[in-house]
Amino acid sequence: MRRLLPYPLLAAALLLLWLLLQESLSPAAFVLGSVLAVACGFVFVALRLPRSGSRTLAMRFAPGRLMALAALLRDVAVEVLRSNNAVARIILQLPGARSGRSGFVVIPLDMRDPYGLAALACILTATPGTVWVDYNAARGTMLLHVLDMIDEEQWVRIVKDKWERQLMNLFE
Amino acid sequence: MMAAADLPLWAAVPVALLLLLGSGLALIGSIGLMRLGGFYDRVHAPAVVSTLGIGSVLLGSMLYFSVLQTRFVLHEILIGAFVVLTTPVTLMLLTRAALYRDRRDGSDEVPPLPDPPPRDE
Repeated sequence: MRRLLPYPLLAAALLLLWLLLQESLSPAAFVLGSVLAVACGFVFVALRLPRSGSRTLAMRFAPGRLMALAALLRDVAVEVLRSNNAVARIILQLPGARSGRSGFVVIPLDMRDPYGLAALACILTATPGTVWVDYNAARGTMLLHVLDMIDEEQWVRIVKDKWERQLMNLFE
Repeated sequence: MMAAADLPLWAAVPVALLLLLGSGLALIGSIGLMRLGGFYDRVHAPAVVSTLGIGSVLLGSMLYFSVLQTRFVLHEILIGAFVVLTTPVTLMLLTRAALYRDRRDGSDEVPPLPDPPPRDE
């Protein structure tokens, strides 16, 4: 079982995705989707993904963790709305929109889980105004480019207190 | 098959507003690509389009097709998930390539590579 389905959750998600894309629950769609889901599992084995922390299925879907995930998604949505407004004002050069200059910030991170770091990178880059640039694994520091930087200390605090803490609860 | 003319007014107004907002944000993102200076500033502009811009258009599409009931609305959620997951990867790849090039050229615009950490003896 483990050899046929090395990533059962991923396979289930892929099958669900296939059925949604096909908009059908016919046996043909089901069979083709299952074959694709199993085949993608082999691809992921060949990619040698880093292991995340060992968690049982019950721990993955614990109510507290799902609540934390919902809170994180809500925070991301609010932040995306807020920074879209801020960056749109900067682009249109509205008066008073821009208070600083753009620049790089080095942010020391405590998180080491590769999936947590990937999530942090996607959140920061998807949010207008900040782009994750580089990660130094030896030092555990990341390089962030900020469009409107007032002071560096503030950005270190935002990333560490707002995002890193929540992601560490989820991934470590 | 129903056409756009069959859409009741209470749905047509929000759909039109969402489409206008989405396309307006796409326009702002494109203006930003032109107006902001330097590569690292410009890379911020597409994020406006790929988050709220795409989001508004997808929301409008969901509303339109669920009121007309010609199609299952979950497609838009999938499109949104794909865009949100793939755009940051492209942006990061571009930025890292630019950083690599600038560091190799010894540009003083980018922070230099930090020294390797001291070895434990």
